[in-house]
Amino acid sequence: MADHSISTIAIRDCRIRVMRGGAGPPLLFLHGGGGVGIWLPCMARLAKKFDVIAPEHPGFGASDTPPWLDTVGDLANFYLDFLDQLDLSGVHLVGSSLGGWIAAEAAVRNATRLASLTLVGAAGIHLNDVAQVDTFLSNEEQRIRDLFYDQLLAEAVVVGSQRPELEDAALKNRMMTAKLSWQPRNHDPHLRKWLHRIKVPTLLIWGDHDRVFPKDYAFAFEGLIPGAKVVIIADCGHLPHVEQGDAFAAELEAFIGAMRIAA
Amino acid sequence: MKFFNFHLMPYRHADLDAIAKNGSAWVTFSNRHYDPQKGAELYHDYLDQMEFADQLGFDGVCLNEHHQTAYGMMPIPGVLAGALARSVKRAKLAILGRALPLLNNPLMVAEEYAILDNLTRGRLVAGFVRGIGAEYHAMGINPAYSQERFAEAHDLIVRAWTEPGPFSYVGKHYQFRYVNPWPRPYQNPHPPIWIPSQGSGSTIRWAARMRYTYCQTLSPIAAVARFFQLYRDEADRAGYQASPDQLAWSNTIYVAETDEKAVREARPHLEALMNYFLKMPTEMLLPPGYTDPASMKRVRAAKVTGKPQAIEDVIKAGVVIVGSPNTVREKLAEYQDLAGFNTSLTKTQFGTLPDDMTRANMTAIAEEILPHFRDRSPQGTRREAAE
Repeated sequence: MADHSISTIAIRDCRIRVMRGGAGPPLLFLHGGGGVGIWLPCMARLAKKFDVIAPEHPGFGASDTPPWLDTVGDLANFYLDFLDQLDLSGVHLVGSSLGGWIAAEAAVRNATRLASLTLVGAAGIHLNDVAQVDTFLSNEEQRIRDLFYDQLLAEAVVVGSQRPELEDAALKNRMMTAKLSWQPRNHDPHLRKWLHRIKVPTLLIWGDHDRVFPKDYAFAFEGLIPGAKVVIIADCGHLPHVEQGDAFAAELEAFIGAMRIAA
Repeated sequence: MKFFNFHLMPYRHADLDAIAKNGSAWVTFSNRHYDPQKGAELYHDYLDQMEFADQLGFDGVCLNEHHQTAYGMMPIPGVLAGALARSVKRAKLAILGRALPLLNNPLMVAEEYAILDNLTRGRLVAGFVRGIGAEYHAMGINPAYSQERFAEAHDLIVRAWTEPGPFSYVGKHYQFRYVNPWPRPYQNPHPPIWIPSQGSGSTIRWAARMRYTYCQTLSPIAAVARFFQLYRDEADRAGYQASPDQLAWSNTIYVAETDEKAVREARPHLEALMNYFLKMPTEMLLPPGYTDPASMKRVRAAKVTGKPQAIEDVIKAGVVIVGSPNTVREKLAEYQDLAGFNTSLTKTQFGTLPDDMTRANMTAIAEEILPHFRDRSPQGTRREAAE
């Protein structure tokens, strides 16, 4: 039996594809530059406790590319509209990489519908003197390899990525990722000035071997968001929810569980 | 036909093995490989060659713009054009072109070109390009905005040249409270605008509608013929007949006494250009958003082999013309008739070709080729030939 549904939702003029499954408090998962991908095992696990909502961003995959979409700020405002329209509250907002940047921008702007924020290998700020791979100058195979700690898993993903039916979405995702993050590369110089406004409990989940946004970024976000807590996942690259899905879900469950006890 | 001496100004002393090891002569090829002593000599050699082209009777000299590469040492072509504006006495001075989307202030090109047009008393040809993908890596400009920024910068520059200032301009990428550049261009209403491209359909159609001269870069002659036909077809749709003067083919010509000698002499220098200076990974050439997904897919599908090109390959495909005076005249006439162009943008120096050989080549072209084409226009039914 399917544990999730796939539907199209229109927010004003923009139709997006949304995967949704489970019951409980809403958990909105914002994907990174690679696209929304499949309903992951960690999502199936989280769906046992949460109403997991995984939208495909405007400009990505099967979602519309609206003419107004230029910046990560546009997407942050879009998801605030999204929360309003679906009338969700007490939302646990989770964002990976580019999605983490969107989530942080949204939380800075308006956290009234949020219960918590979780950033996973997130973009959005810049640190000098931290070696980072240039994902726009790597070839496809190298780009995928740089995402993972386990290179056997990386090889399987490389093979899977070569299916021709995925090419259109992959090109669309790459183009929109470039539009949103090419310059300034992967960050908004103004975001760090306002991260202190995030008052909801915040978790920072990072892979120990993240080569895209190394864990120095987790500690930098920790210093900028009041009360934020860092969790480093061992044997893991840039995508903990993919590479260490159980550990990722367990950390998220523990963080949200502890919040409830505290409340 | 008109002949322009097109220079790329390569850093021809570059260590080819080091380029091969780096995978490209662009963006990531460290500038510690640049020796200022040698570079300074090259700048003077190359500028002397341009002045020599003027004396030999070439109709024009061409510069262009590339960044952070041994392929060409002209990131700011206006500086070199300024150096030539008073020493090239007769020929036109073409910059093909400035890469508009890389600019944060397009008014500076309106100003720069207007100065050059005044200095040359109306001999400037104003080229506008988007720049190749590598420039977007090199210059920190978002490739996904390349087309928008080109369109906006072009409109702003042409308005700055043609509408009396001051006026205000508010676009998405550029905003100015006052647009009022001094000087105004010498030519009225403005210098001729030429548009070089690798063959983008949308660029070709736009150039045809605007009646701008279209310049086809480094391509097999059969492809050149197709691109030029696309231009003529679009002109027809726009309600006018395109003249061959609106079409320029960018090529490489090398002339020696015999075919065998020409190929032997040109080989290492041309192969250095094809296999070292020009080489770059797909991700560098075509960053996401630089071109539409359909074009991106075509290029990705076409990229089947990375095998080195031999001089015979590019001669056979009609990318270059190398041979005896007679062979070069025959080929050039054949290609002119096939593709229907009336301007040849000719690289007389290419790759690692040294100064003495370049000058001998220029002299041979001026003496053996130019006079035969001075009054020659494309012959025959171009439309059918291009089918």
